[in-house]
Amino acid sequence: MPDPDKGVTVPSSTRPTRRTRRVVAATAGVATLALALTACGGSDDGGDDTATGDEKITLTVATFNQFGYTDELLASYTEDHPNVTVKQVTAATSEDARNNLTTKLAAGGEGLADIEGIEVDWLPELMQYPDLFEDLADPALDGRWVDWKVQQATTTDGKLIGYGTDIGPEAICYRADLFEKAGLPTDREKVAEALGGDDATWQDYFDLGKTFVAKSDSAWFDGAVPTYQGMVNQLEGAYEDPATGDPKDLKTNQEIKDLYDQVLTASVDDELSAGLEQWGEDWTAGFQNNAWATMLCPPWMTASIEQNAGGVKGWDVADVFPGGGGNWGGSFLTVPSSGDNAAAAKELAAWLTSPEVQIQAYENANTFPSQLDAQASDAVQNSTNDFFNDAPVGPIFSARAQAIEGAPFKGKNYFAIHTAVQNALNRVDLNGDDPEKSWQGALDEYASLGL
Amino acid sequence: MAVLSPTQPTHRHGAPGARPPRRVGLSQRLGRWDVKVSPYLYISPFFLLFALTGLFPLAYTAFVSLHEWSLLGGQGEFTGLQNYAAVLAQPLFWKSLVNTFSIFVFSSVPQVILAITIAALLDQNLRAATFWRMGVLIPYVVAPVAVSMIFGRLFADDYGLINELLGFVGVDPIGWHTDRVASHVAIASMVNFRWTGYNALIFLAAMQAVPRELYEASVIDGAGRARQFFSITVPQIRATIIFVVITSTIGGLQIFDEVRMYDPKGLGGPDQDWMTTVVYLYDVAWGNQKNLGRASAVALLLFLLIIVIGMVNFLITQRIATSGPKGAKVSRRHARRVLAEARVAQASGSTAPASGATTSTPPLPPTFPPTTSTTDREDRR
Repeated sequence: MPDPDKGVTVPSSTRPTRRTRRVVAATAGVATLALALTACGGSDDGGDDTATGDEKITLTVATFNQFGYTDELLASYTEDHPNVTVKQVTAATSEDARNNLTTKLAAGGEGLADIEGIEVDWLPELMQYPDLFEDLADPALDGRWVDWKVQQATTTDGKLIGYGTDIGPEAICYRADLFEKAGLPTDREKVAEALGGDDATWQDYFDLGKTFVAKSDSAWFDGAVPTYQGMVNQLEGAYEDPATGDPKDLKTNQEIKDLYDQVLTASVDDELSAGLEQWGEDWTAGFQNNAWATMLCPPWMTASIEQNAGGVKGWDVADVFPGGGGNWGGSFLTVPSSGDNAAAAKELAAWLTSPEVQIQAYENANTFPSQLDAQASDAVQNSTNDFFNDAPVGPIFSARAQAIEGAPFKGKNYFAIHTAVQNALNRVDLNGDDPEKSWQGALDEYASLGL
Repeated sequence: MAVLSPTQPTHRHGAPGARPPRRVGLSQRLGRWDVKVSPYLYISPFFLLFALTGLFPLAYTAFVSLHEWSLLGGQGEFTGLQNYAAVLAQPLFWKSLVNTFSIFVFSSVPQVILAITIAALLDQNLRAATFWRMGVLIPYVVAPVAVSMIFGRLFADDYGLINELLGFVGVDPIGWHTDRVASHVAIASMVNFRWTGYNALIFLAAMQAVPRELYEASVIDGAGRARQFFSITVPQIRATIIFVVITSTIGGLQIFDEVRMYDPKGLGGPDQDWMTTVVYLYDVAWGNQKNLGRASAVALLLFLLIIVIGMVNFLITQRIATSGPKGAKVSRRHARRVLAEARVAQASGSTAPASGATTSTPPLPPTFPPTTSTTDREDRR
């Protein structure tokens, strides 16, 4: 279904006979079916794919959710590069895109798009196989991105496997109306101050929560896991040794155990948590039921809040984050080595992640740019969000991005261990299990990983 | 061919008139091949496809399960049965099996009972029978993922419809996502919603094949509706019940969509309380471990388990299936003997008992037309 008109016009000019056209139509039909079934990015345009002869090539860009690349935006690339046609294939969810990418990488790269969009969380896994991707390192692009964004996609031996698109610098989103009822400041500067301003700590955040909960029926935050997520993202090497990449034994990992105890004391003993799992039915319903008053909030979360909390007045964003800065999410564009036009794809990826294009993407889909020039641009600096009481989200998130010091190390076992701890937190926060017993469960789960 | 060809020339030289028989011979031979080989050729596409899409993956899974094999890294070292040992040593594997069986029991048992009841109701003389029959099939047409999403909303712990309704009646909210048994009931209800109507239609088809004379006879004997149902309907559709039980067993051991859609992560909750074995397999292969070797071992263990359960089913089936007709045969023979004895008694005992058996055959010829009609009826069935 992507560009059916293009698929007809291109063959008609180059292939005059009816039979070939029918064959092309049939192939296109089959390919469309395959696309629909696997949500994949194959090049079925009927154009010449290999860069020989007249060098007319089609480059496919596989993305998911909303990268903010419109058809007009991609067409403008063809104006400067007449031999290149750019096509975008969009998967419905990042999960679909991830399955598609890993399955096709496993199959030797057949059927992958020339440019594959990835999420930062997939990197620990993909970085184990850097040979599957082109090295995108380019001295000309030094200083384009915030440093830690480049660091995230750089392998230990200095290979860059992805160009950064957007980032997720976290701020605190809060319900001003609930704050007012509980006698807390409502103004976003005053809230930032009350949470500790530039030196805000997690204890400050939890302490203000206790004051709030004492005077309100709502909880302070949605769940233990998202809060823990914000805390653990500030550790340099949470579960693994950054130098060697070896996993730290969870049993003796005091840093993690301390965070675990701290977040559960706040969640359960101090009753700050609404005890809801993010993206679950109760969580979505909770937005309409005043279930909690604050959330850790990267730019993309503002869209989810607006979507779920439609009709609820009072959401606002404060330029503050406990324990320094924190990043949650963000994407990259990679160029799989198996593609025929890797060099052209690299050039396109560099263009797609240029500040100018990312400013447009921000305007299209609110993807907060990772490029310094884009963050400083008027388009971003002047942007506000009317759902969040006209908060100046551009400057706020730019400031939050500056507060982030570095990218935490996430090795190949990061998510396996992280899942074990998350499960332990959920058992206590959602099911009401005993924290120590649940921690023992996490240790068992860690042991069963056989690391 | 090689054996026959030297003899052919002699025939040709000897007698030209021998030609036609030879031709007949060839076409006969072709005809014989046709009869012998064609059926296999006709059915071969299925088996070729099956070999490609069923047998090969099965064998390849067995091959993968003997190796260290990562999703992205590909084939590693040969490790023998180590993957199997690792899987069997995982408490989670056993937990997932228990979950699978529990969900299976909660789904299949009420499902079969409900389906039979619905079918029995549909078997009555209803107005607009087709409308009602199509109606029970509607849940089956709805995509499983859509069903799961709707039920996920109904079974939400804090703001779900079912807990709200329970609240009106004064029942405490049930932790559909925190209590293990409750979560199994919730997932089983999704399975039941989808499959009950489908099975009801299968039962209905079987019920309509039950000879109506049996019901008429039972009415004359004074049987009520319930007695008719238990003494005629259920025994008569026994084979269909077995079929439905087997298919729902296989389906029950493969529950996947419902679990994937039941909570945001789709991996059976924080304590894996409702993770089925198939979901466990998926998590090992495509989750954080990306361990295709172990996942293949899980797949083969599940395959073996299904075979074992299939065998048990088969044995039970055979016992039930053979016990019915056997009982009938015995009673028929018994009845015939009783009849024969009665005839012998009527013949005032003048002939020997052995000839009595032969005298019982002469009355048979007149019954020839009836027997052909009975075989016809059997064919129709």
